[in-house]
Amino acid sequence: MQQRKANSPNIVDAPVMINDLCKTFGDVNAVDGISFSMAPGSITALLGGNGAGKTTTIAMILGLIVPSSGLVHVFGADMSKDRHSVLHRINFESPYVDMPMRLTVRQNLEVFGRLYGLEDVRSRVDELADEFRLGDLLDRPVGKLSSGQKTRVSLSKALLNHPELLLLDEPTASLDPDTADWVRERLEAYCAACEPAVLLASHNMLEVERLADRVILLDRGRIVADNAPKALMDDFGKTDLESVFLEIVRRHDGTNI
Amino acid sequence: MTARTSQANHYDLRGSLRRIGAMILRYWYLIRSSWPRILELIYWPFVQMLMWGFLQTHLAQTSSYYAQAAGLFLGGVLLWDILVRTQLGFSLSFLEEMWSRNLGHLLMSPLRANELIAALMSVSMLRLAIGFLPVAFFAYAFFDFNIFSLGPAFIAFFANLVFTSWGLALATTGVVLRYGLGAEGFAWFIVFILLPLCCVYYPVSILPEWLQYVSLSLPPTYVFEGLRGILLEGVVKTDLLVKAVLLNAVVFSIGYYVFRRLLRSARVHGSLMQMGE
Repeated sequence: MQQRKANSPNIVDAPVMINDLCKTFGDVNAVDGISFSMAPGSITALLGGNGAGKTTTIAMILGLIVPSSGLVHVFGADMSKDRHSVLHRINFESPYVDMPMRLTVRQNLEVFGRLYGLEDVRSRVDELADEFRLGDLLDRPVGKLSSGQKTRVSLSKALLNHPELLLLDEPTASLDPDTADWVRERLEAYCAACEPAVLLASHNMLEVERLADRVILLDRGRIVADNAPKALMDDFGKTDLESVFLEIVRRHDGTNI
Repeated sequence: MTARTSQANHYDLRGSLRRIGAMILRYWYLIRSSWPRILELIYWPFVQMLMWGFLQTHLAQTSSYYAQAAGLFLGGVLLWDILVRTQLGFSLSFLEEMWSRNLGHLLMSPLRANELIAALMSVSMLRLAIGFLPVAFFAYAFFDFNIFSLGPAFIAFFANLVFTSWGLALATTGVVLRYGLGAEGFAWFIVFILLPLCCVYYPVSILPEWLQYVSLSLPPTYVFEGLRGILLEGVVKTDLLVKAVLLNAVVFSIGYYVFRRLLRSARVHGSLMQMGE
């Protein structure tokens, strides 16, 4: 995918602008002095092994974790102090954060629609039900859905407010290939139609190659590579992103399997 | 691209009320989705009311003290139930978010902490109404005791007990937010220490002197002393109510402060992303 937007927007336009961000838990530097910004309409993949700092970074962007030092600005708002001024422009999806299991799909979407201040919640829920093939599921409790169905519901929730910044934490984890491909298609369709900035944490390199126009690779809380997927593959003389990922991570681990 | 949301909603009172309403709706959907939950709200107050009602009937037949104070136990148990059910209604509604691993979604939405608190307070009143009103009716039907006959004093007792419960619930909810579900036991048992200390069924003078100081530092003590004042002496002791109000201002403020501090601490320690045990 071609890089669609420049990566150096000003602080107010920038969906995300991070400066020298650090987060320490006891003796562990979960995030260690990272800086990057995202342009409107860009799709940035945040890669790294387990414990590299991806989820902590996303949590700091959402304001769920307070940084030890450094700054996170989202659409110009300092997320440590003023996150409520921009939260209605953001949304998040992860298979690791559930929605209330006993509520039906419709009830869940209605509640979140109201939380995000939608003017016409019912119309939006109907729209999403069509788009995500939820018609037969709307009146079923979320707890009784399959993993793939839950992901469709979760993604619908993430798009309820037409987010200008969409944060995705392994959106296709544990999905079968067909459902995962369908989810990627829906994301591509949403990005083509609405041009949100997307930050995608993923372990699926094919997914990243397909969706992202920029890759930021984290290792032990630090950025060790930051470029377009194609440029990274060229730089390392590889034909796929997975080989690049393995080479960078193993080089930094000091392992050579 | 412009999100089709009402920008004004996120800053004004209307937006705030909408988000509170959304959370109340969420809890209402949860309550009505399960008839055992509704039954549970009524079951324990009903059992307590029966037990204390029959005990009171028995004592009234054998003791002149209890014979002249009809409703002493029933009034106590109904007021005690307001205290317990309000605290549990608040805390358990919050725990539902932890059990369903939904808290992350809520805290990254435009919902503010004070709006979540307001919704939990409202839902605690809803749950209390579901449990309390039928039991108050049965107390009248079975034992001829009408708690509402206390008149304006009942409203004052009710308001005081509710504020004590909210103060306790805020503090325990803060502890669960910070330390995870491993600390959920606090939400279940913390209120029960008040049962012996607040002298629900006996006067404060029964306690050892040193424990009386502890008892008199707790707002519900004055409510239950006030109830005995009405039933035994026919007097509404407004001085006791004033003390209860003043102490409740302290208890509620401490509870709110603890909640906000522990929420902040949870953000610092990253515990909002790890809502397990």
